[in-house]
Amino acid sequence: MRPLSTLLSIVFLALAALSVQYLSLDLMRFFAPDSLKQMLAYIVSFFPPDLSSEYLSRIAQGTVETLAISDIGNGLAAIFGLLLALPAAGRLGPVLRAIARFFLNFLRSVPELVWAAIMVLAAGLGPLAGTLALAAHTTGVLGRLFGETLENTPPEPALALLHSGSPRMAAFMYGTFPGIFPQLIAYTLYRWENNIRMATILGFVGAGGLGQMLYFSLSLFQQQQAFTVILAMLFLVAIVDAISAWLRGRYIE
Amino acid sequence: MLLAERDPAALPRLALTIIVLFLLWPALNLTEFNPAVLFETNNRKIMGQFLSSFFPLNLSPDFLKLVWKSTLETLALATAGTALAMFIAFPAALMLARSLSISSIGPGPGRLIGQFIRIPVRWILIVLRSIPEIVWALLFVRAVGLGPAAGVLAIAITYSGMLGKVYSEILESGDTRPARALLETGSGRLAAFSYGILPGALHELVSYSVYRWECAVRASVIMGFVGAGGLGQLMELSMRMLSGGEVSTILLTFLLLVLLADAVSAILRKALE
Repeated sequence: MRPLSTLLSIVFLALAALSVQYLSLDLMRFFAPDSLKQMLAYIVSFFPPDLSSEYLSRIAQGTVETLAISDIGNGLAAIFGLLLALPAAGRLGPVLRAIARFFLNFLRSVPELVWAAIMVLAAGLGPLAGTLALAAHTTGVLGRLFGETLENTPPEPALALLHSGSPRMAAFMYGTFPGIFPQLIAYTLYRWENNIRMATILGFVGAGGLGQMLYFSLSLFQQQQAFTVILAMLFLVAIVDAISAWLRGRYIE
Repeated sequence: MLLAERDPAALPRLALTIIVLFLLWPALNLTEFNPAVLFETNNRKIMGQFLSSFFPLNLSPDFLKLVWKSTLETLALATAGTALAMFIAFPAALMLARSLSISSIGPGPGRLIGQFIRIPVRWILIVLRSIPEIVWALLFVRAVGLGPAAGVLAIAITYSGMLGKVYSEILESGDTRPARALLETGSGRLAAFSYGILPGALHELVSYSVYRWECAVRASVIMGFVGAGGLGQLMELSMRMLSGGEVSTILLTFLLLVLLADAVSAILRKALE
């Protein structure tokens, strides 16, 4: 199989060369002394980050807003994902199964940023658009993952309850749900980590949070403020990763 | 009390639910959560017009030509970006990989430098990959102007951080004894890499690079939204002009493109196994 890898590498390099030519990218242009100097000046203009207390308090506000967008978006997605996972796992008949799967696929295949652009039109500029966009895409993702979990869980506990006469709802709540709950939490946490990253970005199309601040400050050529926002983004992602890892260790493993 | 007797787990669950809701309440306020906005007559009218203009798709030859051009641009952008990222990532991975470390063999000239050069390289890679590609794209659009060049650079920067890390992990994870033997008998790093590690690690390296290329295709569509060229930029324009027929055509193209990249990558990676 080694020839295949070698062949692939060569084909890929050829394609890359073609691409550079197609885009008429003049890579050398970036390394010309003039543009290097400009680039350097641009980089230097980001330093030092704006750490005035007044701006930091606005950053804090933006950070909390981003956190809220990802929280609510993810929470809504978990609820609707579970609701759609039931038909998608075939619990309510084959017709509903097909419909639910199609709907979930559709939600999932439109990227968050496109949802955000659409939601900005529907709900106006601001955090609500970002929240709904995250909820829409994540419902598709979680619905599918939850559905798979439901399909893979052993049916015996619920069947035992059903056969001894318990109603369907109770059989699900006490026979199935406790078994799948840790898995649902694991998936939700995993998406939350993803969504906090997305929530910082959705602001680029006007959906609130840190992204919107970054977009504004870069548009106004306030690089020092922009740098602070980028630092806040990195900080937020690191914190969320840590929290999520802690929750995972505590409740899942 | 009755509830608790029938179901001992009910009260703790209820309490947990209430606590979660209580914690989420401020978040609901912060996100200005009010779905009713969606149904205000004004918003509903704009949205209704926009959505109903999604059909029929805009399939006029002129527009399709434009879409085709943007699709090629997206693919070229992703490919060029990934290739550039590989060129940066590869030397970095060679420097980082512990299995190719001469300084860890024992004392010798240049040992200190060898041990310390790794730290800045590792940190640079972390910085490169922890800023999302679309943020890089936004920065580069300001620096080199609108168009695919910004996208290529953004992909190259972010992905070199990811590829560098993963490449170095791959170089460390296989059988490292041949390389070690070569190094200890005095061969150089490059020779130790080419004859000691590459034969065993090539598949994994290529396989991961193909996967990253697939991710780059997806990312480059998105990056267009901040002006970094390709399908995304076209979609952003159509969206601004509220021409739904164009948006739906681009969305469909986008889905096909992603499916195609998925399939190509899956087939190639399967063949590599």
